[in-house]
Amino acid sequence: MTETLTNAPVDQARSLEEGALGRFLKATELDTRMLGMVGALLLIWIGLQFLSSLRLGVSPFDFDGRAFLSPRNLWNLSVQSSSIAIMATGMVLVIVTRNIDLSVGSLLGFVGMIMGVTQAEFLSGVLGIPFGHSSVWMISLAVGLVLGLGIGAIQGFLIAYAAIPAFIVTLGGLLVWRGAAWWVTSGRTVAPMDATFRLMGGGPTGSIGATWSWVVALVACLGVVFMLISARRQRIRFNFPLRPVWAEALLGSVSCAVILGAVWIANSYPWPIGIVRRYYQDLGLEAPEGAFIAHGIAIPVLIAIVAGVAVTFISKRTRFGRYVFAIGGNPEAAVLAGINTRWVTMKIFMLMGLLVAISAAVSTARLNAATNAQGTLDELLVIAAAVIGGTSLSGGVGTVAGAMIGAVLMQSLASGMILLGVDTPLQNVVVGSVLVLAVWLDTVYRRRSK
Amino acid sequence: MNEVKGGSAPVAEQQGKTPLVEMNGMAKSFGGLRAVDNVDINLFPGEVVGILGHNGAGKTVLIKMLSGAIQRDSGTIRINGRDAPINNPRDAKNFGIETIYQTLALADNVDATANLFLGRELMTRWGTLDDAAMEAEARKVMGRLNPRFVRFKEPVIALSGGQRQSVAIARAIHFNARVLIMDEPTAALGPQETAQVADLVKQLKSEGIGIFLISHDIHDVFGLCDRLYVIKNGQVVGMAKTSDVTKDEVLGMIILGKCPPGAIPGPGAMREAVAAA
Ligand SMILES: Nc1ncnc2c1ncn2[C@@H]1O[C@H](COP(=O)(O)OP(=O)(O)OP(=O)(O)O)[C@@H](O)[C@H]1O
Ligand SMILES: [Mg+2]
Repeated sequence: MTETLTNAPVDQARSLEEGALGRFLKATELDTRMLGMVGALLLIWIGLQFLSSLRLGVSPFDFDGRAFLSPRNLWNLSVQSSSIAIMATGMVLVIVTRNIDLSVGSLLGFVGMIMGVTQAEFLSGVLGIPFGHSSVWMISLAVGLVLGLGIGAIQGFLIAYAAIPAFIVTLGGLLVWRGAAWWVTSGRTVAPMDATFRLMGGGPTGSIGATWSWVVALVACLGVVFMLISARRQRIRFNFPLRPVWAEALLGSVSCAVILGAVWIANSYPWPIGIVRRYYQDLGLEAPEGAFIAHGIAIPVLIAIVAGVAVTFISKRTRFGRYVFAIGGNPEAAVLAGINTRWVTMKIFMLMGLLVAISAAVSTARLNAATNAQGTLDELLVIAAAVIGGTSLSGGVGTVAGAMIGAVLMQSLASGMILLGVDTPLQNVVVGSVLVLAVWLDTVYRRRSK
Repeated sequence: MNEVKGGSAPVAEQQGKTPLVEMNGMAKSFGGLRAVDNVDINLFPGEVVGILGHNGAGKTVLIKMLSGAIQRDSGTIRINGRDAPINNPRDAKNFGIETIYQTLALADNVDATANLFLGRELMTRWGTLDDAAMEAEARKVMGRLNPRFVRFKEPVIALSGGQRQSVAIARAIHFNARVLIMDEPTAALGPQETAQVADLVKQLKSEGIGIFLISHDIHDVFGLCDRLYVIKNGQVVGMAKTSDVTKDEVLGMIILGKCPPGAIPGPGAMREAVAAA
């Protein structure tokens, strides 16, 4: 509409009434809800920056030190958020179909324990594959993924075909898998993990370094531009209304700026000096004065981003994703449209199980151990992330990106409060209140926009 | 069924032809309630057949058995003279049976285009959803029904009742139906849109599609239907060629179960009426 000549005067008159902001939103077709979330996240970050710099007695505009908005803290934040963010992507699909999964925390503990035992004890002790062999991490990871998928399939089968409510099945799962995790080693912690496996947990070596980070950023930017162009081509092919060119250019450049900015921050966080020295020692060299080796993007963060993009793709561009949302909107209509809703439901829980296994690998690798208590209460954090991210518990509504932002938002609060020295009980009070506040704001927003 | 063999005018015309749809002995109970009780009904190509009855008579349950939405307790369905094992909505669609449900059966949270293609999405050659192609098709088919409709990108919950109904109708006619079931298709439509649906029914009829039309609007039924069945308490009161009965007589069939001389009585007709006929 915006580009047809005949309509131009009418459109202009109307847009003047709408005001600059309305015109901007209409031209860019941005999701106002998502914008609001990003805004809230930025506000929280700025607030935490002020408070933390006050506490440290530095200027709030000092971004290099130990305050909240320092490369070091942001990098850690990204690593700490990834496990919950990965699971939150799947939880969106679960909740969109009016189901729930309370078992993810326990399942993470169980799968992590099995992966830990596989690499630390089973492969070397029973199969005689030496610890440190290059196949160890692959076999352990594969075992975990298959296990997660399989358990997801069992729970999904009970929910979809035996028609037991998801709440009950996964509440049972919460108890069963936690107990099972204990059973594997009678509660003993298993450590250490395989060196390659540990890369999935982040840390100086578990990051891809400056050069590769820039490569990733460049590829991501090209991807954004390619998507914008191909979407516009499609619209032209079918003669649909187009966004104005300036809006396309703005969207493209802002997205690329965010990507490049994030990578720049990750590349500004150097390895600790001790690790730099050891690195040069291993090469048989003397560490040069002021040597700077950047972390770059952490591998768990990369895994989370890939998971987010993949699940977004599944939910937006595949039949399966379309059916997930249709079932959430009106289960009866989905059945009448000939959709095999049971099979779709079962597949959702299989995907959820797979994502839990990936998170289990990440968190086991990060801890460098498999413990009995791993993932405790994660189910609540994952559900909270999805809900803060705009997933409606009454079904049919939710976005993967929103849930991931929700995960980052919660982790920001948690690590920000640690930085401020807030005690754990008060942290829980704050996170709990934020959850309720976020859902309340969302309810108000939805009521207004109707 | 006896009334078919009865050699009445409407059936005589169709004799020799195979019915497009033939349902015999259809029955469905919910607990102790016999919602549909031994109903025989048929439909010929290019024919519009009205199904009338009071609220709760069993019309919706009857046609849902044909559309695969409800599993029948007993009865046989034949399509073009051949046994059609219809046990779920997919089966029915494979036989070319499309349905506009009384509840519309739309997924409220997705847009009109997605609803139109629900279960039959167009895909790109990479196996992903071809949203642009679907929207283009949606614009075409909606243009035929409701040219003023432009809100293809909004969740259908944001649409008016009539617009939603247009989406449901568009979905049923877009996939080359051979049999179209319309359960109260115009209940929410304005006069102009209703007229458009009436035109559509006539056009589809001329293309040889068989249509079951369920409506409470006797006027509509008389304007569009070739034959009509009246159902009461899950049983057929009678079947008549529309030109053989008056509106008052049909009202009598619906309310009292009284079968007039122009109609062929079914199991649900009042005793005296059967005797009189
Ligand atoms: N799923 C169900 N479970 C139990 N009873 C049902 C169910 N569906 C329909 N019924 C009952 O079956 C009977 C017939 O219902 P049906 O929906 O076919 O009526 P109808 O003729 O379509 O009425 P209306 O004109 O109000 O749409 C009613 O008594 C209804 O209560
Ligand atoms: Mg009905």
